[in-house]
Amino acid sequence: MSELHPITVLLVEDSPGDIRLTEEALRESKLKVNLESVQDGEQAIAYLRRQGNYREAIRPDLILLDLNMPRKDGREVLAEVKADPELKTIPIVVLTMSASEADVERAYELQANCYITKPVNLDQFIKVIAAINDFWLTIVSIPGNVKHDD
Amino acid sequence: MNMLKSVRPIEILLVEDNPGDVRLTQEALKTNKLQVSLHTAEDGEKAMRFLHQEGEYSDCPHPDIILLDLNLPRKNGREVLAEIKNDPRLKRIPVVVLTMSKAEEDILDAYELHANCYIAKPIDLDQFVKVVKTIEDFWFTIVKLPQDGTLNP
Repeated sequence: MSELHPITVLLVEDSPGDIRLTEEALRESKLKVNLESVQDGEQAIAYLRRQGNYREAIRPDLILLDLNMPRKDGREVLAEVKADPELKTIPIVVLTMSASEADVERAYELQANCYITKPVNLDQFIKVIAAINDFWLTIVSIPGNVKHDD
Repeated sequence: MNMLKSVRPIEILLVEDNPGDVRLTQEALKTNKLQVSLHTAEDGEKAMRFLHQEGEYSDCPHPDIILLDLNLPRKNGREVLAEIKNDPRLKRIPVVVLTMSKAEEDILDAYELHANCYIAKPIDLDQFVKVVKTIEDFWFTIVKLPQDGTLNP
């Protein structure tokens, strides 16, 4: 399969450890993924709207979004992105420590594309990132990045 | 990882008018270890009746996930998607668009209507079976689904 442009994933995550692990998990995959990361919800919105330091930001093909973050939390980011006609078509994978049923319900209600609870176990975490990668970047068709596999 | 508490099978609604694709999907699901129950609706109107538990569907369960073709008789997949995602009782059910179309406008349109994901059906048979299995693995073993997508808001 070949993509029209390299795939950019925006990781919205305040834990440096999780950012590092996600980078490593993505590096192991066969696909060439450009991972951009921001550490809170305000930065995420600035990145997506190309404001301030993010004027040259690349529009992501996929967003991995934590829920519990400083300043603006993931629920607010999710609601803003899915209500913005320019941004709403970017798939958002909620990736969070929370396994609370209320968070799951709320995320789907706000039109999250899917909700995944981060496994505490390291190997499981890597496995989950690989599964997201395989599913979203090779099986799914993402707007603006049509695959030519035949 | 999060599995649905498997006291009951995972209920899948497949909205698909092509009997060949229905059959292939059934077979692909059968070979997996997960306990799933596949329901089918051959057109968009039947899909909506199933979701609203009307008529012959009054005893049918609420699906945990919907696999939706776009080109359907009577009411097309685009309309079904819009109705589901605008209905406060149904909007949380994940909808996987699974269609022959690879048109960029269909992809964009589906995400605009809040499809959870869009998958172009491979023409190749083995690839098709692989895609169905990947959908199943991803959505039922990696993803956390709402416990009951149709809970009253």
